[in-house]
Amino acid sequence: MPNRTMVLGVIGADVHAVGNQILNFAFTQAGFNVVNLGVMVSQEEFIEAAIESGAQAIVVSSLYGHGELDCRGLRDKCDEAGLKGILLYVGGNIVVGKQPFEEVEKRFKAMGFNKVFGPGTPPEVTIKALIEDYEILEKAEKAE
Amino acid sequence: MKPVLLIDFGSTYTKVTAADGESGELYATAQSFTTVKEDISLGLENALGELKSLSGISAFDECYACSSAAGGLRMVASGLVPSLTAEAARRAALGAGAKVIKTFAYEMTEEDIGEIDAIAPDIVLLSGGTDGGNSACCIHNANILASAKANFPVVLACNRNASAKCKAILEASGREVIPCENVMPSFGQLNIEPTQNAIRDLFLKRIISAKGLSKAQALVDDIIMPTPAAVLEALTLLSEMTGELMAVDLGGATTDVYSITDGLPTRAGTVLRGLPEPYAKRTVEGDIGMRYSARGIPENAGMDRLIKISGESEDGIQKWIERIHENPETLAATESERNMDFALASLAIETGLVRHAGTVETVYTPMGVAYQQIGKDLTRVNKLILTGGALIKLERAQEMALLAMKTDAYPSSLIPRDASVILDKHYILSAAGLLKRNHPEAAKVLLGKEFT
Ligand code: B12
Repeated sequence: MPNRTMVLGVIGADVHAVGNQILNFAFTQAGFNVVNLGVMVSQEEFIEAAIESGAQAIVVSSLYGHGELDCRGLRDKCDEAGLKGILLYVGGNIVVGKQPFEEVEKRFKAMGFNKVFGPGTPPEVTIKALIEDYEILEKAEKAE
Repeated sequence: MKPVLLIDFGSTYTKVTAADGESGELYATAQSFTTVKEDISLGLENALGELKSLSGISAFDECYACSSAAGGLRMVASGLVPSLTAEAARRAALGAGAKVIKTFAYEMTEEDIGEIDAIAPDIVLLSGGTDGGNSACCIHNANILASAKANFPVVLACNRNASAKCKAILEASGREVIPCENVMPSFGQLNIEPTQNAIRDLFLKRIISAKGLSKAQALVDDIIMPTPAAVLEALTLLSEMTGELMAVDLGGATTDVYSITDGLPTRAGTVLRGLPEPYAKRTVEGDIGMRYSARGIPENAGMDRLIKISGESEDGIQKWIERIHENPETLAATESERNMDFALASLAIETGLVRHAGTVETVYTPMGVAYQQIGKDLTRVNKLILTGGALIKLERAQEMALLAMKTDAYPSSLIPRDASVILDKHYILSAAGLLKRNHPEAAKVLLGKEFT
């Protein structure tokens, strides 16, 4: 299997640690090389870890409702750091309260996220999406 | 009885210690000016003459030396991200006793090569990328380093998947390359020992003769390490006996700070961030010192605080700092000069401690406060050793360290706040580190007598 590395963490001042552990376990089991940064992770830490580890994806969790503020500008900073085309995923309880998911998804995609997942998404769904996206990246790399 | 001679070829002084390799007894210490430009053995002969008359010992069974003469071990470190592999590389070099002249991050440029040639380092450390991670950066930097004119060996501690390629590139340019394990094999994991061993081997093999110290080498059994590495060895041994500790080595041009502890958070509910810290950690402040680098003290701590602590006028302090910068051998002679040296030393210790220690930041979350720690928490360290030519000659050394620890200028700093201060009054730390190599039990006794 090709080297599929991702950086995982809970963004901002968010301390919800349980979901992160579950995702770390599930993604590792699925064969990914997971660089798990745990909770309270800044945008800069995600980016620096991705640079050193050569990750092809950053998977961001946000549970405490401030995801929109915390995630803003992440794509721009990735571009700036030379992480062109890196996959950005986000999930958890990414906004406050119950808002229509389509609108939330739109806003996060406008911020540069490739995939946005609503509350209660099981890890299997994310894993399937990741494999598809990694395959696309790997094909593009071969073509080059 | 087994008299052992321990020599420290310093940049200014050659210090000699006579101790017993079996009982650990300290016979005598002496010093003389280092004469590396003329002939290093002259200064050594002077110091030895004094040592022999003080100790009554005329022949030694063994002899070991460490050196920081001729500029010490001068290194350039490089890595990918400044706070990750570049920092890991810098720490590895510092822990090996090197003077890190410059640290490069990301891809080096043609201009950087000019700078490296101007520095003419003894060794360059090339790192970057976790194993299996980024390899483009270290390969690029290997190509850049290959084009340098200066003839330095390269210690290669990068992503293992890129190591062979980097080695080939550098060797094709006629350079000696020592490949070793990655300084950061996986994210957030620090692995600096293999690199430090490689640096130490190079120091023995190449650097000593390149620095005109081979004459000294003929006189002694071996120059076994750079002086700061010997100090770190001694402190590590002492901490095995008495627990966690710190040390400040206040010199004329630099201030070295050491901590031997894991530095984990002491407050519950604190999240630890950043690169893991080495258990035995050394930092060097090149802009802070008691003579040549005295100007850096008010620049960092503030002139107002120098005035307050010394009780002297700004004008007087300015003049004193200029004078000791120009004439580093100046000793404080008057009451007011002693006051100024006291204030300078206290603030130099404070700045060194603050830069070495970690910080804790309060994060206000919707739920309340949380704490984030970066670096080592040294608040619970209860033993602080003071050493260094500049300090030992000063009066009231204990008092100046206590003042430094009680500072309220850095509330978020995790420096020790209530450690007992012990002075290295016979200046035996580096000697004990040397003795440890072949006589660890004797070194323990020697350290135990001086520091407990
Ligand atoms: C336990 C808990 C806490 C504990 C956390 C302890 C800890 N260190 O982990 C404490 C008491 C500290 C806490 C504090 C707060 N909490 Co709270 N907490 C919870 C609670 C009850 C359970 C969280 C949990 O562990 N769930 C189990 C794990 C397995 O699920 P998970 O975290 O959701 O993760 C899964 C999925 O979300 C998903 N997922 C997660 N990330 C990603 C990313 C991607 C890409 C994908 C695809 C999927 C995905 O996969 C995970 C595994 O299955 C939830 C309510 C709930 N039932 O969910 C509230 C909840 C998350 N908390 C909430 C809030 C508001 C807070 C506070 C702001 C204030 C408060 N009321 O206490 C603070 C914030 C503190 C901070 N700075 O982070 C709200 C968030 C509301 C929102 N987003 O709109 C919730 C939803 C409760 C609610 N209904 O109001 N909390």
